[in-house]
Amino acid sequence: MSGPEPVVSIRTVSKSFVQGQVQALQEIDLEIRPREFVSLIGPSGCGKSTLLRIVGDLIQPTQGDVVVNGKTAQQARRDRDYGIVFQDAVLYDWRTVAKNISLPLEMAKWDRAKRQARVGEMLELVELTGFEDRYPWQLSGGMQQRVSIARALSFSPELLLMDEPFGALDEMTRERLNGELLRIWDDTGSTVVFVTHSIAEAVFLSTRVAVMSPRPGRIAQVIDIDLPHPRTQATREEPRFFELVTEVREALHGGSARPAPARTAEADR
Amino acid sequence: MRGARGWVPALAVFVLGILLWEGYIAAFDVQRFLLPRPTDIVQTFWNERDVLWGAGWFTFKEALGGFAIGSAAGVLAALVCARWRPLGRALMPYMIAANAIPIIAFAPITNQWFGLLNPLSKMVIAAVLCFFPVMVNTLRGLTSVRPQSIELMRSYAAGEATIFRRVRIPNSLPYLFAALKVASVLAMIGAVVGEYFGGSQEALGVQIRNSAALFRFETAWAAILVASILGIAFYLAITAVERVALRWERRGIE
Repeated sequence: MSGPEPVVSIRTVSKSFVQGQVQALQEIDLEIRPREFVSLIGPSGCGKSTLLRIVGDLIQPTQGDVVVNGKTAQQARRDRDYGIVFQDAVLYDWRTVAKNISLPLEMAKWDRAKRQARVGEMLELVELTGFEDRYPWQLSGGMQQRVSIARALSFSPELLLMDEPFGALDEMTRERLNGELLRIWDDTGSTVVFVTHSIAEAVFLSTRVAVMSPRPGRIAQVIDIDLPHPRTQATREEPRFFELVTEVREALHGGSARPAPARTAEADR
Repeated sequence: MRGARGWVPALAVFVLGILLWEGYIAAFDVQRFLLPRPTDIVQTFWNERDVLWGAGWFTFKEALGGFAIGSAAGVLAALVCARWRPLGRALMPYMIAANAIPIIAFAPITNQWFGLLNPLSKMVIAAVLCFFPVMVNTLRGLTSVRPQSIELMRSYAAGEATIFRRVRIPNSLPYLFAALKVASVLAMIGAVVGEYFGGSQEALGVQIRNSAALFRFETAWAAILVASILGIAFYLAITAVERVALRWERRGIE
């Protein structure tokens, strides 16, 4: 692959659980370059969240390896090279909004004044200024998730890993946060790996969509999303948007318009 | 906190209860060794206040000492079991079994071990009573952390000690305080009942036992009243600390 050094290189990664009884991922190869927004999409149980955790060095692959910023995944984690957002906001109940956002900064030993300044910027970025002294239970689900995103971005990681971050939200909140995420992605210049099972969400957000097959999870197809930026609500109504949605859907169902790799269909058993 | 008006129903129930008690004794001519009148109890409570509160304080110190020892040991044991989970799993069945033992039955034995007049013989009973609820609850608090909370800390390159300090211990605090409230009550019970099996003449439990033996039932009841006031005060003190320590917690409608 030409161009700049990839941020993430996933090299023939396989993962099995329960002493090899369950094959979760099979020989995944994927390179993600700087400034890309790559979505991993697939049915439940295809191992997309597992793959994201392997990139974050939260679980170990059975075979293969992952290189992040030219380092092993473990070294990248130790260097705090990525921020992560989960489906649940995973805010700490005993910390206020401001304290939750500043947690990674405390861990990185930023001094107090610097932390406060950054928390202020982050609150502005996710449009939660004025909520810094609230506790998590006092926020709506969408607001909690915005705090979680602010926390992941607070220490300016170049790589953002997102595991179905909007999966638990209603459709309207999700679409609004999709727009906000793209704006933030544009502002911060980060690289995003985004796990979802919403086709529309993947197409709207991504520069590329990696479609995964069910267990054992493999990358069935990678689809370039050539919708122009900046993307707005109007993007969702363009004919090209629907074409791409259809393309991703067909790839998900194994009967792609393009030639899919062999053995995609048998994975449906 | 509810305002003064909020307490009116509870106060009404209290007054009504006392009136019914008083009225019942008058109406059915209940013998005083079965149930003294509240007014007689209060009068004795006032007349013998110096002795009774002296005894109450003596016993309260035993309860407090046992509470401190038992709770500290319980927290420590929970931390060890949460940090080295196989050890916790090996010990847990015995902890649960030991918790089911009526520990108060050991009071005569601890009196032998530490000496009848040594406050430590009562503290040990109170401490053992406090240990198990504190240990079991705190361990649950330390371990019932969402896996993603831990994953998030690991994504910040946090080690085990940091995860304990920043996630597990704060997460366990509501469980700990629930256990401490139970333990405060148990500590008073342990100290008083321990004294029923013998102890200093200064002790509240000894006073209750002796008064009852000498048919001084008003004194026995007044001493029980002292024990109750101290027990409730202890419980409320812990609740007050809890409110400050857990001010972040969501509170239901009270």
